[in-house]
Amino acid sequence: MRKTEVLVVGGGPAGLSAAIAAASMGAKVLLVDDGLKLGGQLVKQTHKFFGSHRQSAGVRGIKIAGMLLSDIEKLKDKIEVVSNTTATGYYQDDGVVTAMTGEDVYMKIKSERVIIATGASERMLTFPNNDLPGVYGAGAVQTLMNVYGIVPGDRVLMVGAGNIGLIVSYQLMQANVEVATVVEAMPYIGGYLVHASKIRRLGVPIYTSHTILEVYGKDAVEAAAIVKLDSKWQPIPSTKRILNVDTVCLSVGLSPLIELLWQAGCKMKYVPQLGGNVVLRDKYMRTSRRDIFVAGDVAGIEEATSAMLEGKLAGLIAASDLGYAYDGWEADREDTLSSLEELRRGPLSEKIRSGLKEVVVEW
Amino acid sequence: MVKLSEHLRRTGVFSMEEVNRVMPPPEVLKKGPVAVVECIQEIPCDPCHASCPFGAIKEFKDINDLPEIDWEKCTGCTLCVAKCPGLAIFVVDASCDGDDALLKLPYEFYPVPEKGEEVELLNRAGEVVGKGEVRSVIEPHKDGTKVVTVHVPKDMIADVRHVRVVR
Repeated sequence: MRKTEVLVVGGGPAGLSAAIAAASMGAKVLLVDDGLKLGGQLVKQTHKFFGSHRQSAGVRGIKIAGMLLSDIEKLKDKIEVVSNTTATGYYQDDGVVTAMTGEDVYMKIKSERVIIATGASERMLTFPNNDLPGVYGAGAVQTLMNVYGIVPGDRVLMVGAGNIGLIVSYQLMQANVEVATVVEAMPYIGGYLVHASKIRRLGVPIYTSHTILEVYGKDAVEAAAIVKLDSKWQPIPSTKRILNVDTVCLSVGLSPLIELLWQAGCKMKYVPQLGGNVVLRDKYMRTSRRDIFVAGDVAGIEEATSAMLEGKLAGLIAASDLGYAYDGWEADREDTLSSLEELRRGPLSEKIRSGLKEVVVEW
Repeated sequence: MVKLSEHLRRTGVFSMEEVNRVMPPPEVLKKGPVAVVECIQEIPCDPCHASCPFGAIKEFKDINDLPEIDWEKCTGCTLCVAKCPGLAIFVVDASCDGDDALLKLPYEFYPVPEKGEEVELLNRAGEVVGKGEVRSVIEPHKDGTKVVTVHVPKDMIADVRHVRVVR
């Protein structure tokens, strides 16, 4: 049995920030991550981040990962990192987290506070032949290209014009992969319009009120059919078109990875604006179980800057529970809260704000 | 909330009205190079302000505000062009007499064009609208985003927004 004061599950932007904050307060931290390297989704974000210049806006995600990792390194007497390790279960009766390194090393972890920062998984879409090789999640393509240097194919159909679909389209073009078209079922582009403009001026068309019908191919994707949708979301058969593509990228949303929170018996709620089932928590990220916190996409699908701020909050409060502190930490906490509020104040965050109203409670 | 055209929200391409909204007036263009900030959707982002050494992009009251540029102070230095995460800032220099103008565009592709090379000029919808000679390529922040200065006819400064290398 491993014992620690603060266990952080997940080494993405939220988990790294949580570990840094808790260790800065003085707590002993164990950081468990299923990747071979820390950084989560940040390491494949080759674009510059939006947000405030006070929080690394204008800096590429992969650089931000480097900055966080160097902070982790500076705190290495407080933070122990266990990579290639998946947290597999939470046992309510004794508060033990089980984890698996690789495929055959198991461990039990007992921690006074647990911060769940497991992120999210990509959603799938149902259509004929969606199991053919060549149909990818957009995030998977980003990992292949930007982490491993492998292009997925020669010509891509991107499904979904949210920020991920638009950004990955741009990155495919940077890797010299042709993006045939972006289709979006909604009548309007969902992602930032500056991202849309970036790919439009490269010559990539975006068709709103369009979706994918099916994929054709024997052993792999050889073509895909797209179709226009009417105002009742029904395909208009006469508008069906066949595109010669060898790759289909799906960027149709993310679902929070909440399994550990269910197992822990935390109070949950279905909030579509936040991506599905999410946990009830207070403004400092504490769940209905006093010893369990959340941060990042697992608490509601948003983006990396808010994930880092939430992680910082959770780390500070978890460590403060155990009696740790540093000079001015309370001012840091309030500053982090107000930065989060400012990020979410704009017209595009309306959905997030309405979702948060349903899950942010006072314990 | 700022009004955006149906055209922009459906296609990602500015309407004519939106092009006119962001372009500097002729008396500003006559004076020298200036930045055109094509950021008209309220998103939480402010590094353009912090990147400007001349205070030409005003400080944000709220991070979701649209950037406001003071063309009197702008020198067309391109530091914001290379900083903007949305690659939505361009510098136009239409101050010469005659038909010649220069455009300074953010560029993050390979191959990188070379000085003197003739490249294709693309409009906001990605259509090739002409050819132009590259005058310089710089990388202001040494962070992977280059700024390409290309020669364009003066009547195209509001249309051309990308260049493509053809070799």
